[in-house]
Amino acid sequence: MSDHEYTPKSKAGKWFNDRLPLLTLANHLTDYPTPKNLNYWWTFGGILTFCLITQIVTGLTLAMHYIAHADMAFESVEHIMRDVNYGWLIRYIHANGASMFFLAVYIHIFRSLFYGSYKAPREIIWIIGIIIYLLMMAAAFMGYVLPWGQMSFWGATVITNLFSAIPLVGEGIVTWLWGGYSVDNPTLTRFFTLHYLIPFLILGLVVLHIWALHVPGNNNPVGIDVKKPSKDTVPFHPYIVIKDGFALLMFMIVFAFFVFYTPNILGHADNYIEADPLVTPAHIVPEWYLLPFYAILRSVPDKLLGVIAMLSAILILAALPWLDTSKIRSAVFRPLYKQFYWILVADVLILGYVGAMPAEGLYLLVARVATAYYFLHFLVILPVLGLKEKTLPIPLSITEPILGGTANLATARNKESSIK
Amino acid sequence: MKNFLRILSLIIVFLATTLSSHAAEKVEYLKTDWSFKGLFGKFDRGALQRGYQVYTEVCASCHSMKYLSYRNLAEKGGPEFTEQQAKAIASSFDVTDGPNSDGEMFTRPGKLSDKFVMPYENVKAAQAANGGAYPPDMSVLVKARGGGVDYIYSLLQGYEDPPVGITLDEGVHYNRYMYGNKIKMSNPLSDGLIEYSDGTNATVEQMSKDVTTFLMWTAEPHLETRHQMGFKAIVYLIILTILVYFSMKRIWSRVETEV
Repeated sequence: MSDHEYTPKSKAGKWFNDRLPLLTLANHLTDYPTPKNLNYWWTFGGILTFCLITQIVTGLTLAMHYIAHADMAFESVEHIMRDVNYGWLIRYIHANGASMFFLAVYIHIFRSLFYGSYKAPREIIWIIGIIIYLLMMAAAFMGYVLPWGQMSFWGATVITNLFSAIPLVGEGIVTWLWGGYSVDNPTLTRFFTLHYLIPFLILGLVVLHIWALHVPGNNNPVGIDVKKPSKDTVPFHPYIVIKDGFALLMFMIVFAFFVFYTPNILGHADNYIEADPLVTPAHIVPEWYLLPFYAILRSVPDKLLGVIAMLSAILILAALPWLDTSKIRSAVFRPLYKQFYWILVADVLILGYVGAMPAEGLYLLVARVATAYYFLHFLVILPVLGLKEKTLPIPLSITEPILGGTANLATARNKESSIK
Repeated sequence: MKNFLRILSLIIVFLATTLSSHAAEKVEYLKTDWSFKGLFGKFDRGALQRGYQVYTEVCASCHSMKYLSYRNLAEKGGPEFTEQQAKAIASSFDVTDGPNSDGEMFTRPGKLSDKFVMPYENVKAAQAANGGAYPPDMSVLVKARGGGVDYIYSLLQGYEDPPVGITLDEGVHYNRYMYGNKIKMSNPLSDGLIEYSDGTNATVEQMSKDVTTFLMWTAEPHLETRHQMGFKAIVYLIILTILVYFSMKRIWSRVETEV
C-alpha cells in the first residue's frame, strides 16, 4: 500500500494499466513496505508458496501417468517409478514435498503464535490460514490414499470411519463418502478428484491470505505497529526477495537431501504392499504431520467425543485472536507467555510422539495429559495470562533500541489501544 | 540467525530421533557393508549378477517379480548384463502370448520387452501350492519391510531350531528375525546350494548378501542415478546459497540492519 499513485512510464503501459491495473499490482508487490527487522522465521511464507507450486507442478505431471483405479493404481505408481523418464524424481519430490510443506507450515504457525501475528488487525489472515491448513490436511490425507498401498487403504478406512461416530446419520454418511459399503474403487476415484481440486482451492486462499496481509502489512518480531513506508521499513524488492530466496535455498538443500538420499524415510514401509482388504496391518499410523491430532483422537475413550476433541483441537486455533486477551503481540515482551509457549511446543511434539506409539499403558496416559494440557493452554492459560501478566516495556519503534522505563511502555500502550 | 538455526536444528533432531525410534524394531539385525549406501553408493555389479542367479534359481520358483522386464537386466545402473545375455535369459522362459489370428493362445520364447514370468497363474494358485501362504511379490519387497535390506539379509540367515517351549505347526518354521518368529517359508538357502558362474563360494551369507543387493536394485532401479544427481543438485544448491548469501549481505548493507 504505497502512498504514492503509480503511473506507468510508457504510453502503452499506461493504456493497459488504465484498463487492467496489473502494473499497479506489480508495483505494489515490489514496493510493498516490509518491516526491516523481520527474522528468518518470517521467510516461511515464501517457502510455503514455493512448496505449493512444487506440489502442483509435480502433481500435474504425476496425474498424467497415474491411473485412479483400485486394480491399477499401485501398478501405475510403480510404472512411474520405473519407466516414466525421471518419474522416480517427480514422485519423490511430490511425496517428500508434502512433508516439507507441513514442516514449513508448522514453523509458520508457531512463528505466528510466538509473535502474536494472529492478533488485531490480522485476524482474517489468521483464519484464512487455518482454513488453508485444514485443506492441506485433507489434500495430504487423500494424496496418501492414491498409491493404494496397505497404509493408504487402511488409513482411508480408519479416517472415513470417524464419520460413523456422528449419531443417527453417521453410518449413512460413511457409505456416502465411500460410494459403497467399504473403501473401494469409487472411494479412490473421488479421492483422486478431490486431491486434484484442493490445491487450487488452497492457491485461491493463499491469494486472499496475502491480500489480507497486505492491508495491515507484516507483523514483526517486536510486535508493534510500523509506520509505512518509513525508516522502519524496506521495500519488498530487493530486500525481502533476496532474504526469502536465501532462506528458500537453505530449505531446498534439506528438501533435496530427503528426495535424493532418504526418499522413503518419512513414509511407511507397508505402503509398498498393495492394498489388501483382507489383511489389516499390525499398526495403522497416519503420516507424521497428523500424529498430534491422531494422539488427541485416541486419547478420548469415546469415539464421538474423540472425533469432537480432534476437530476442536484444530478449530480452537481459529478462535485464538479472541482467546488471547493480551494487548501485547510479541512474546519477546511477555516473559510468562514465552514460557507457556515453549511448553505448548513441547506438548505438541509429545503428542506427535505418542501418536506414533500404540495407544496403551504409559503412552495412553501421556497422550491424555498432553491432550488436556493442549486445551488448557488455549481455553484457560491464554485468556487469564493476558489479563494478569506483567509485560515488559515495549519500544516505540523498531529502529529505536529498547530504552526501558514505564513512560515508554505507557506511550506504547496508549498507541496500541488507540488503534483498537 | 543463530537462535533461528539452534531452534530449528533442535526440532529436526527431535523429529529424526522420533522417526528412527519409530522405525526401529526391537530385534537387532545382522549388519553388513552395503555398496549402495552413502552419498556415492553404487551397486556392486558382481553382486547384482550373482543375486539375479540366486533369485532365478532359488526364489523365483515361488516369488514373482511382476514389475520387472527382462530388458531391465541390461539397463544401466542394474546388473548390466550385455544385451545378448539378457536376450538369452529372456528366451529361456516360455511366455504365453496371444490370441493369434485363430483366436488361440500360444507359447513362445521370452523377449526383452516381456515382464518376468510369474511362477503361478494367480494368487490363489500360489497360496494353494504354499500351504495357504502367498509368497509376496519381490519387486519392491525391501521397501515394503520395516528393516529394509538389513531385515531381508538377516531373515535369510535367521533360521534356527525353535527355543524350548515353542511348538510349531506343520509347515511353519522358526526364524529369529521374522515378525512373531514364525514363517511359512522353509529355509531357502544352504551352503553350496547353487554354483556361481563367476566361481564365488556360495555360502549362505554370500548368497543372502547378493540376493538382497539384487532386491534393492529391483525395488530402486534408479538408485545410482538418484545418488549421482543428488550429489550434483546439493553441491549446486550449496554454491548458489553461498552466492545469494553474499548478494544478500551486500544489498542489506544499504540499510544498517543485521541480516
